[in-house]
Amino acid sequence: MADHKSETIDISGCKTAILRGGSGPTMLFLHGAGGAGAWSPYMDALAANFDLVVPSHPGFGMSDTPDWLDNMSDLSFFYLDLMKQLDLTDTHVVGNSLGGWLAMEIAVRSTQRIKSLTLASPAGIHVQGVPKGDIFLWDPETRVRNSFVNQTMADARLAAVPTDAEADIALKNHFTTAKLAWQPRFYNPDLRKWLHRIDVPTMILWGDSDKIFPVPYGHALKELIPGAELRVIADCGHLIHQEKTDEFIAGVNAIAGAAS
Amino acid sequence: MKFFFFHLMPYGALDLDYLDKHESPWVTLPNTYYDPKKGFELYHRYLDELELADQLGFDGVCVNEHHQTAYGMMPAPNILAGALARRTTNAKVCVLGRALPLINEPITIAEEFAMLDNLLGGRFITGFVRGIGCEYHASGANPAFSLERFREAHDLIIRAWTEPGPFEFEGKHFHLQYVNCWPRPYQEPHPPIWVPTQGSTETVEWAAHPDRKYNYLLTFSPIKSVQANMDNYRRMAEGYGYESTPDQLGWATPIYVAETDAIARKEAEQHIEDFFNKFLYSPMEYKMPPGYSSLGSYKKVMEQKMRVRMKHLSFDNLMEEGMFICGSPNTVVETLQKREQDMKFENLVAMLQFGALSAEMTDKNLRMFANEVMPKLQASSPQGARETIPAAE
Repeated sequence: MADHKSETIDISGCKTAILRGGSGPTMLFLHGAGGAGAWSPYMDALAANFDLVVPSHPGFGMSDTPDWLDNMSDLSFFYLDLMKQLDLTDTHVVGNSLGGWLAMEIAVRSTQRIKSLTLASPAGIHVQGVPKGDIFLWDPETRVRNSFVNQTMADARLAAVPTDAEADIALKNHFTTAKLAWQPRFYNPDLRKWLHRIDVPTMILWGDSDKIFPVPYGHALKELIPGAELRVIADCGHLIHQEKTDEFIAGVNAIAGAAS
Repeated sequence: MKFFFFHLMPYGALDLDYLDKHESPWVTLPNTYYDPKKGFELYHRYLDELELADQLGFDGVCVNEHHQTAYGMMPAPNILAGALARRTTNAKVCVLGRALPLINEPITIAEEFAMLDNLLGGRFITGFVRGIGCEYHASGANPAFSLERFREAHDLIIRAWTEPGPFEFEGKHFHLQYVNCWPRPYQEPHPPIWVPTQGSTETVEWAAHPDRKYNYLLTFSPIKSVQANMDNYRRMAEGYGYESTPDQLGWATPIYVAETDAIARKEAEQHIEDFFNKFLYSPMEYKMPPGYSSLGSYKKVMEQKMRVRMKHLSFDNLMEEGMFICGSPNTVVETLQKREQDMKFENLVAMLQFGALSAEMTDKNLRMFANEVMPKLQASSPQGARETIPAAE
C-alpha cells in the first residue's frame, strides 16, 4: 500500500479531512455520495503515478458540516478555496458520481488550477426521457445491488457489518447527499448552459449497465463538453472505480497523460 | 374533554391486493387505481359524515393534507374546509394541518387560512405540520431543509397575520417585497394553531415555547409513546418556567364503538388492520427521507418504528399497544377516562372512520360515540381539567 497520510485542515471555516499519498503530478479525487471512506485499492493505484489528494467534502465523513453548506454551488466555491489554500496547480481532477458533478461545477467556474478532468458516471445534467434510478427510494440493500453488475461484489459489501461510527458516517453522508441532490434530483438545470467553458482535456467513463444514470447520460454529456472522450465500460455498474478498477485507472492515465 | 371528529378521507375503494404488485399506497402506487366516479361518491359521503358530527354535538370536525396516496384524498384540505364552512353551524372546523415546508410561497397559506377564519367567523382551528416523509418524495421539497422551511414559513405567516402590512420579509428560503395579508384573520390575534406530531425533539421544544404554547397533538402512536411525549411537553414547559394546561395537549386515535365488545371487534377488526397495514404502510425510505429530522431524532425514530411499525399489526397488537380503542360504550368510556387521568390532555381527536369502514358502520360509530360516550366523559371530566379552559372559550 502506498504511503499516505490523513490530516484535518481548516478551509473556509470547515475542518476538512484529507487523505494524501503518492508522488507525481497533483491529482484531486472528488468522492461520490457514499463518501471517501478509508484508503482503498483504487487510491493506491492512482497514488502510483500521482500526488493524490482525497478530501472528504464538507458534510461528509470526518469533515465538518458547515452552516454555509446548502447546495452544489457552495461546494464548488469551497473547492476553489481548497485548491488555492493547498496551492494545487496543474491538477488532474477526478470525480465519481456526485463528485463528477462537483468537478464540472468547479470547472465551469474556473479551470485555472485544473490540467485535466476525469468524470466517472457523473451526476449533474438531466436527459429528457431517460429515467434514472432513485437512490432515495431504494432500501439500503437495493442501493448496493443496483450499484454493481457483479453481485459477488455487492454480496461482499452487504456482508460487511459497519461499526456504529461507520453507520453514523454513512447516515451523515446520505443526509448531505439529499441536501445537495434531492431537488432537482442529482442535477443543476443551469449547468449544461455553461459546460462549453470546460477547456481542459476531459475523459468521461460510464458503466454500460449503470442503473442510476443510464449510458445515454454519458452520450449527452460528451456532446456538451468540447472535445470530451467517452469510454463505455463493459459489464460495469455505477461505481466504476470499484467494479472495474483497471479500466478506471486506464481512463484516468490516458487523459492525464495526454494533458501532461 | 373536548371531542373532535377527524376524517382522513381515505380512498376506501382501493383494491387492497395492490401490495402484490406495488410496495406502497404512497407516491408510487399508480393513480390508475383511483376511480373518479367512486371518488365523487366518497368525497360527498365523507363531507356528510363531518356534517353529521357537527349536528351530533362534536366540538370540532377535522381534515388534513396528504399527497399522492390512497391513504387520504385531501391534497388541498382548505377546499373541504370551505365546503364545511357553509354546512356546519357549531363545530370548529379544523385543518390539521397544512404542510408548510412543501409550499414555495407560504404567504398563500396565510391568505387561505385568513379567508377560512373570516368565512367561519372565527370557528376555525389551524394546524401547522412539516408533512410526513412521503410528502417530500411527492412534492420534491428537500427534506434537508424541512425544519428550516417550516419555521421560516411559520414566522412569515404569523407576521402576516399580526403585523400591519405591507412589510418586507427577507428569510433564507422565502423572500417577499410586499407582505400585506388581505383579508386579516377574524380571530385576534390569529386562529389557534395546533401542531400534530409523532413527537420529535425539535417539535416539542418549539411547540411548548412560551412564545407559542401551541396545542401539541400526538397522532397514531403506541400509547407509551403518546404518554411519554405528553410528559415531555409538560417537562419542556416547566423548563421554560410555566405550567402547561391540559388544553395544550391532544391525542388523535382511531376509535370504534358498537353494542358490545364482541360486535365492535367483529365489525372493526378488518378495517383497522387494513388502515395500519395497507393504507398507512410504506417502506422506511418513503417515511423517513434523509435530512427530514436531525441525525439523533432520525436514529431514535428508526429504532421505535422498527419495533412497532415494520411488522404486521394485528387487531390484538393494536389493542395491546393502545393504538386503537374498540368496544362497547362502557369499554370506550372507561378506556378514555383512564387515558385522561394518565395523560391529562383535553382534546380528543377521534378518527371514527378508517380504511374501508362503510357508510353504515361510520354512521353508527359516530352516533354511538356522540350519544353514549361523549356525555359520560363530559360529565366525568376531572374538575381541574375544566377549570383550565381559557376564558377565550
